[in-house]
Amino acid sequence: MGKILEINGPLVKLDLPQTVLGEQVRVGRMGLVGEVIGRDGDTALAQLYEDTAGLRPGEVAEGLGWPLSVELGPGLLGAIFDGVQRPLKAVWEQSGDRIARGVAVPSLPRDKAWHFVPDPRRPAGSVLAGGDVLGTVQETESILHRILTPPLIHGELLELAPEGDYTLDEAIGRVRLADGRIEKLHLFHRWPVRTPRPFRQRDHAVAPLITGQRILDTFYPLLKGGKAAIPGPFGAGKTMLQQQIARWCNAEIVIYVGCGERGNELTDVLEFMPELKDPHTGRPLMERTLLVANTSNMPVVAREASIYVGITLAEYFRDQGYDVVMVADSTSRWAEALREVAGRLGQMPVEEGYPAYLGSRLAAFYERAGRVETFAGDHGSVTLIGAVSPPGGDFSEPVTSHTKEIIQTFWALSKELADARHYPAVDWLESFSGYVKSAAKWWAQEVDPNWESARAEALDLLAASEELQRIVNLVGVEALSSEQRWTLEAAGLIKEGLLQQSATDEVDSFASPEKQYALLAALLDIYRHGMKLVKLGAPARRLIQLPLLAQARRWKSQHKSEDIAELKARIAAIPDSFDPLIQEYTASPSTLREATP
Amino acid sequence: MKNIEFRTATSAQGGLVVMAGVPGVAAGSRVQLRDHAGRIRSGLVIRSADDAVLVEVFEGTDALDLERTWVRFLDEPFRLPLSRDIMGRVFNGAGLPRDGRPPVISADRRDVNGEPLNPAARAYPREFIQTGISAIDGMNSLTRGQKLPIFSGGGLPHNRVAAQIVRQAKLLGEEAAEFVVVFAAFGASHSDARFFQESFEESGVLNKVVMFLNLADEPVIERLLTPRAALTAAEYLAFDLDHHVLVVMTDMTAYAEALREVAVLRGDVPARKGYPGYLYSDLAEIYERAGRIKNRRGSITMIPVLSMPSDDITHPIPDLTGYITEGQIVLGRELANQGVYPPVTVLPSLSRLMKDGVGKNFTREDHPHVASQLFASYAKALEVRGLAAIIGAEELSDADRRTLEFADAFERRFIGQGEDEDRSIHETLNLAWELLSMLPAESLIRVSEEELAKYHRGAA
Ligand SMILES: Nc1ncnc2c1ncn2[C@@H]1O[C@H](COP(=O)(O)OP(=O)(O)OP(=O)(O)O)[C@@H](O)[C@H]1O
Ligand SMILES: [Mg+2]
Repeated sequence: MGKILEINGPLVKLDLPQTVLGEQVRVGRMGLVGEVIGRDGDTALAQLYEDTAGLRPGEVAEGLGWPLSVELGPGLLGAIFDGVQRPLKAVWEQSGDRIARGVAVPSLPRDKAWHFVPDPRRPAGSVLAGGDVLGTVQETESILHRILTPPLIHGELLELAPEGDYTLDEAIGRVRLADGRIEKLHLFHRWPVRTPRPFRQRDHAVAPLITGQRILDTFYPLLKGGKAAIPGPFGAGKTMLQQQIARWCNAEIVIYVGCGERGNELTDVLEFMPELKDPHTGRPLMERTLLVANTSNMPVVAREASIYVGITLAEYFRDQGYDVVMVADSTSRWAEALREVAGRLGQMPVEEGYPAYLGSRLAAFYERAGRVETFAGDHGSVTLIGAVSPPGGDFSEPVTSHTKEIIQTFWALSKELADARHYPAVDWLESFSGYVKSAAKWWAQEVDPNWESARAEALDLLAASEELQRIVNLVGVEALSSEQRWTLEAAGLIKEGLLQQSATDEVDSFASPEKQYALLAALLDIYRHGMKLVKLGAPARRLIQLPLLAQARRWKSQHKSEDIAELKARIAAIPDSFDPLIQEYTASPSTLREATP
Repeated sequence: MKNIEFRTATSAQGGLVVMAGVPGVAAGSRVQLRDHAGRIRSGLVIRSADDAVLVEVFEGTDALDLERTWVRFLDEPFRLPLSRDIMGRVFNGAGLPRDGRPPVISADRRDVNGEPLNPAARAYPREFIQTGISAIDGMNSLTRGQKLPIFSGGGLPHNRVAAQIVRQAKLLGEEAAEFVVVFAAFGASHSDARFFQESFEESGVLNKVVMFLNLADEPVIERLLTPRAALTAAEYLAFDLDHHVLVVMTDMTAYAEALREVAVLRGDVPARKGYPGYLYSDLAEIYERAGRIKNRRGSITMIPVLSMPSDDITHPIPDLTGYITEGQIVLGRELANQGVYPPVTVLPSLSRLMKDGVGKNFTREDHPHVASQLFASYAKALEVRGLAAIIGAEELSDADRRTLEFADAFERRFIGQGEDEDRSIHETLNLAWELLSMLPAESLIRVSEEELAKYHRGAA
């Protein structure tokens, strides 16, 4: 037993010999938990996950002997945990509306029994290695929870329980380790959050993560197992975009980490998820979702931990062979928590107060994304999507610039677009994706062989219109040729008819890949028809008046993803709108001369 | 320990006192200092070790004579006594009466720091509050339980706008006009404080207002306590007494500056512009106290007022605030100079909870689309206005000229309104359609075709 020497905000100095860095400590009469972040002789410096008010020098302190770990087993799905994996619903029942300090509730429920079906490939006497599947529990209707052997176990399986109902405290098996010790197996195990979970080998990411958001899927795709960042100033739509991804993406498990953000946003997720159906399985979305919440008013120290708690949970489902998506809102708050700890430790700040290891910590975190072959021989993936909240919206600040170096897909949100309520405010010029080539294969196979060229054509059109807009801003639209004006108009059509997508519109909120491509192809078709006419001498002015242009802008919210036959019919009729003009301008070559400036 | 007075102060500077030889003092505990003149000051323990205890003194350390300073450790956090009698009262930043009436006596005394609300216990804010101001109700509407700051600048009428909201705010439907008001001013001038007091008096709500005032010439360090005391009172009114509480706080910039002042004294590492790295978390502790709780009837809706240093929205104070609150109402100098009241600059303004609190079951079915269309059309119109400034209005096409007319009318008639003009949401939406009807129907693609048919007056 040790004792408290000094309390300074969340930091306590302890007289506690023989602790190791990262070790969990329990401190004071209230039993507040924290971790050791510094050692000096017999004194240890610990940061506590809870407010330290009321602690006194002289109160007891003890080392717990293990690093911050999470419980991994049935009961995770649908739950909401705090930054150190305390189950917030159970905490609510126990301590009321406000989170009292020192509440100790196990992360996973101990009273609930789960129906365990042992894996027939595991007879007594067989060799058991870490990551092997012991059996399954049907945790929710859509998710089969595979009970895994803890990663570091290797030995002879002495006994595995028969099919039946077991609580987490009951042993479901015994294994003899190489050194002769006998270890009990349970439906769950623990894993330290700062250590990546092992796997057999890394695999190539192959399939795109379909989010149903056109500007993401069609223009800046992300792969399952990839890493992406969403930087943007406040109010630009980072949270909405992440919530949209959490709702609609075709991952099997979604982990939503609210790191230093608003309480209401988590309430929002808790309220809408159970009501919405997974468009891919038809089951309530909450069945595949779990939340980790350290809101901005909760203690900062646990904020730093919450990201690691989230990613460890993600890896655990990956190891069961699932495609997992983790969204982290916001990694900037995590970095700020890191900065606070560094500041208190007196470490040298390098840029804007951040410690020198900011970049390497960020990289190590994102490195935990990826598609892998598991020890059980399955394929699983963790896709990481981090929001970044740059101060003043300035992307050159340390967290954004380091993150940009690490990730492959960059969805940059723009204040100008958000101010004009162009949502999602993903800037089509600033954003990038390093996964286009891989995604193109999938789109060519599954949707349309022309996907890649259509995408490129639309992007060229957008880039060209940006140039033209600059000219217009200097000298007015009258200075443009008809061809240029039509280009500008067509780019506007792409922006409003395709890129803009309202999260709050029932029909438009999610677009299947087929619908995305149909719209893209249709709008390009309109562009090409118009261009042909302009080349024939039709003035852009006439084209811009075509009712088709206003109609096409509404297609996205008129045709559901499940029902795009009607949309396709409209697309087939596009030439009809141009026919009268075509006839007019092919018939009279004189107009051609007249209209050419 | 409560009853022992220590006379062991070893240093005092800028609001901080170091005490030696007081072992076992609880962190965060409240402290009472008696100075040589017998005046009592109060403070908090911010760092505690057996050999040295660091105390933050709210009234400051001016004229403190170390030899003749007696210190008592009260062994409890800073608490506010609460009872129904707080209604109609005026307190200082530390919760002591400043209206000449006796202190509130109650066994119910609560830690002003509160405890974080469990996110699982929150109820999502959904009910529309009608403020009677079109720029807010129509395009950036407020919901019950939301925190929606007013971003302003020196000389802009933020106080008048806040007072108008307090006067006019009501829910649609049965529970109308049930708001009570908690008003907190920190670093405010005497005239600002008087303005609010008079405005509450005139509208006859004074007996439903609780005020916490820490004025510009009062101790800086007490400013850190003021919003916390006010919110503790608000939580009591909302979640114990079932009131819907509107909390108006002004000026968050003064608060953040006080925090910086103290941080510098404590020697904390600065992040941006000298503000400590924990400014974000500290502000969040305040703002996140707004909201609703499941199974509780009351609510806390928060309208903090904040003046942006040099009108710069990227300054750390508005920036971090915007990252925490659920939107912002931005007041602009340009509109104000043109005589538009309230000068709400709508494009950078935002209400994040609007999407869940307006429309079919809340206000009117066309509301979300109309708002979206106004934003789009006005953004477009501003582009045209920029262009007109370059190439001259004569060069504009007819369509562009119409767009300009729309922008002017929108600013004068929709954003602009009287300080006593209380528009219903229907009036606001009808006015919006009247203005949108200045534009050709084909250009309005954010509203549905049905809505166009029903509301557009087809003047095009
Ligand atoms: N895809 C979208 N569809 C419709 N509305 C949107 C969309 N994205 C954003 N919005 C609007 O913008 C508001 C702000 O978005 P959001 O809360 O996601 O911003 P943010 O970038 O997360 O801000 P902060 O950094 O402050 O958390 C939303 O409340 C919503 O009104
Ligand atoms: Mg957000």
